[in-house]
Amino acid sequence: MAEMATRIEMIEARRPPDLRRGVLGWLRANLFDGPLNSVITLCVLAVLGWGLWPLVQWALIDADWLGSTREACSGEGACWVFISARFETIVYGFYPEAARWRVDAVFMMLGLLIAWLAIPRLPAKRWVGLFALVGFPAVAYVLLLGGHFGLMAVPTREWGGLMLTLTVAVVGIVGSLPLGVVLALGRRSQMPLVRGVCVVFIEFWRGVPLITVLFMASVMLPLFVPAEVEFDKLLRALIGIMFFWSAYMAEVVRGGLQAIPKGQEEAAKALGLGYWRRMGLVVLPQALKLVIPGIVNTFISLFKDTSLVLIIGLFDLLAIIRSGLTDSNWLGFATEGYVFAALMFWIFCFSMSRYSQHIERRLHTGHRN
Amino acid sequence: MLRSSSSERGALWRNPAVRALVIQALLLLGLAALIVMLVTNTLANLEARGITTGLGFLQERAGFSIPQSLIAYSGDSTYGRTFVVGLLNTLLVSGLGIVAATVIGFAVGISRLSSNWLLARLAAAYVEIFRNIPLLVQILFWYFAVLQALPSPRQSLSLFEALFLNVRGLVMPAPVAQPGFDATLWALALAVAVVVGLTLYARHLQARTGRALPVYRLGALILIGLPLAVFLATGRPLAWDVPALAGFNFKGGVTIIPELMALWLALSIYTASFIAEIVRSGIQSVPSGQVEAARAISLPGNITLRKIVIPQAMRVIVPQLTSQYLNLIKNSSLATAIGYPDLVAVFAGTTLNQTGQAIEIIAMTMAVYLLISLVVSALMNLYNARTLMKER
Repeated sequence: MAEMATRIEMIEARRPPDLRRGVLGWLRANLFDGPLNSVITLCVLAVLGWGLWPLVQWALIDADWLGSTREACSGEGACWVFISARFETIVYGFYPEAARWRVDAVFMMLGLLIAWLAIPRLPAKRWVGLFALVGFPAVAYVLLLGGHFGLMAVPTREWGGLMLTLTVAVVGIVGSLPLGVVLALGRRSQMPLVRGVCVVFIEFWRGVPLITVLFMASVMLPLFVPAEVEFDKLLRALIGIMFFWSAYMAEVVRGGLQAIPKGQEEAAKALGLGYWRRMGLVVLPQALKLVIPGIVNTFISLFKDTSLVLIIGLFDLLAIIRSGLTDSNWLGFATEGYVFAALMFWIFCFSMSRYSQHIERRLHTGHRN
Repeated sequence: MLRSSSSERGALWRNPAVRALVIQALLLLGLAALIVMLVTNTLANLEARGITTGLGFLQERAGFSIPQSLIAYSGDSTYGRTFVVGLLNTLLVSGLGIVAATVIGFAVGISRLSSNWLLARLAAAYVEIFRNIPLLVQILFWYFAVLQALPSPRQSLSLFEALFLNVRGLVMPAPVAQPGFDATLWALALAVAVVVGLTLYARHLQARTGRALPVYRLGALILIGLPLAVFLATGRPLAWDVPALAGFNFKGGVTIIPELMALWLALSIYTASFIAEIVRSGIQSVPSGQVEAARAISLPGNITLRKIVIPQAMRVIVPQLTSQYLNLIKNSSLATAIGYPDLVAVFAGTTLNQTGQAIEIIAMTMAVYLLISLVVSALMNLYNARTLMKER
């Protein structure tokens, strides 16, 4: 029988384990974990203190918020009066004041539709989506342009500001998605001519900058149509934007189509479904669902690039703010103007990108390779 | 029982091969009709407006000056030369932007993976802020809100009395080569050749014997040491043209115009936010088992990084990086918003307004960008083919 080890003296008390919990433990683990990390932390803190604090002071603490004229600006910090004084113009452009309720109505409808489509729990997604793609553009067209049903006609040269930015973005999105799907299907077609046309179309638009496309739409398009056809400036820009982004959309959709196993289409074929039903009922629903994040990312790029229309002389959100800077009563507020423009665009783009990430997580079914 | 297909009504229409032919024939007809319509309309419109077609205008006198050109250019130069000046300016800002965006992008992307919470958060904030603001807003911000707010040349901000920053741009001393400087350039060329040879030899040696030469250290030594030695031996034949205030502006040195600075800053900062995300996802795409395996065979940390992680991450990073570079080149056309004389501004802008040759000019401009895209894509495909995972 083995002798049992016995101990007569007490075990000496050991030091408690390292502090790994609480605020101090967190600080030690994440910020002061070794000399290098401590130095980095201090450097970052110094940069933040040196750069961020003056910014906060300029934008919030020393800023002037109230008033309606230039006299309200004390000149110490930002003068947001510059923005609030022309807020109406920034939102509606030169849209006649009496008809602005129509813009509000379209905004509200757009907001409701987006909310309905974005919140997963609400029912009847298909019908709402169909309305958003077909019914809503028609209603918005009638309301914004007027000229029917006793509504005052408002020509597009009076459109501007946030309203024009959103119009360009929504038309671009609604137009480029279906066109992109068709192009993506065409690029995977068995017919060499169809495939060739789609490849050339896609690669052409993807190879040139949007600015040259807008230039082309504004100076070349009038040459392409018979002289008596008068093209609206906004319409020309919209056509250019739609073609340009449909090419990018096509590539995103193609990525989704390639990810669907071949067996899906073959099974549909075995059931006797024709090409359009195979695509519409079996392949596309799966493929589009897969590339929702990619589609939303393309939307974000499209939204950011709507600002380019200012180069061909349309007064979008950025152009309106920019034109306000040349107002002789308000010279010298370039920083406020551009910071505000940046903030507006940022809010839209950031929320879209957050939504895309959320969808990605929700659709992520757990298997990765 | 088999029935001949011709005896059945509609069978021809149900034949996929026939249907494909019909569809394609219709498509071809439609395309041809569209092209004929466009061409006849355009010719009629051009005639009505009295515009002659052709590239003859490229030989005409341009008559406008350009604030920055890399080759000799004056108002007497031709439109053809305007095109070249614009193209070179586009390539200049794109090249500068690509270098800066890559450096910032890699730094931010790696910082996002840092174990330092604060640094990682700062990098994440950088990415989220700058990629969600339109590039045009950023360009206008840097140009109108920052660079136009700088002091006049007399009150320039200066660094060591050699670098001067003012509303007219950044003025720097310019190196002026003296006679005999050629020897240093030749030495540099020789050093590059030697290093290339050394790298090839080292690879060969390691493949044959397993012995590794310290290529990086040796290479750096040769690359810096050889030209420096020649430079010193020939009596330092390089002078600096230091800018000095004369009247209301600086004389001497080189000036980086504010348009170039604003465009460069905005392009680099904007593109870097995308590159940072690419770098992060590239590094994260390397399975952790790879690093663990390297550790298990007790490879040191820096070799694990250099031989295991980076080569595998680069396979993911490079294709996306290339498409960002292409985006940057295309985005440099936004120069026209602040008047930097790039291809679009001087050629598709001023030249088009002066000559009215819309079709030729837009086509030439688009062709340049298309050509750049195609060349870069071709190089990319070459790289992809070389680095493709060799699988059985």
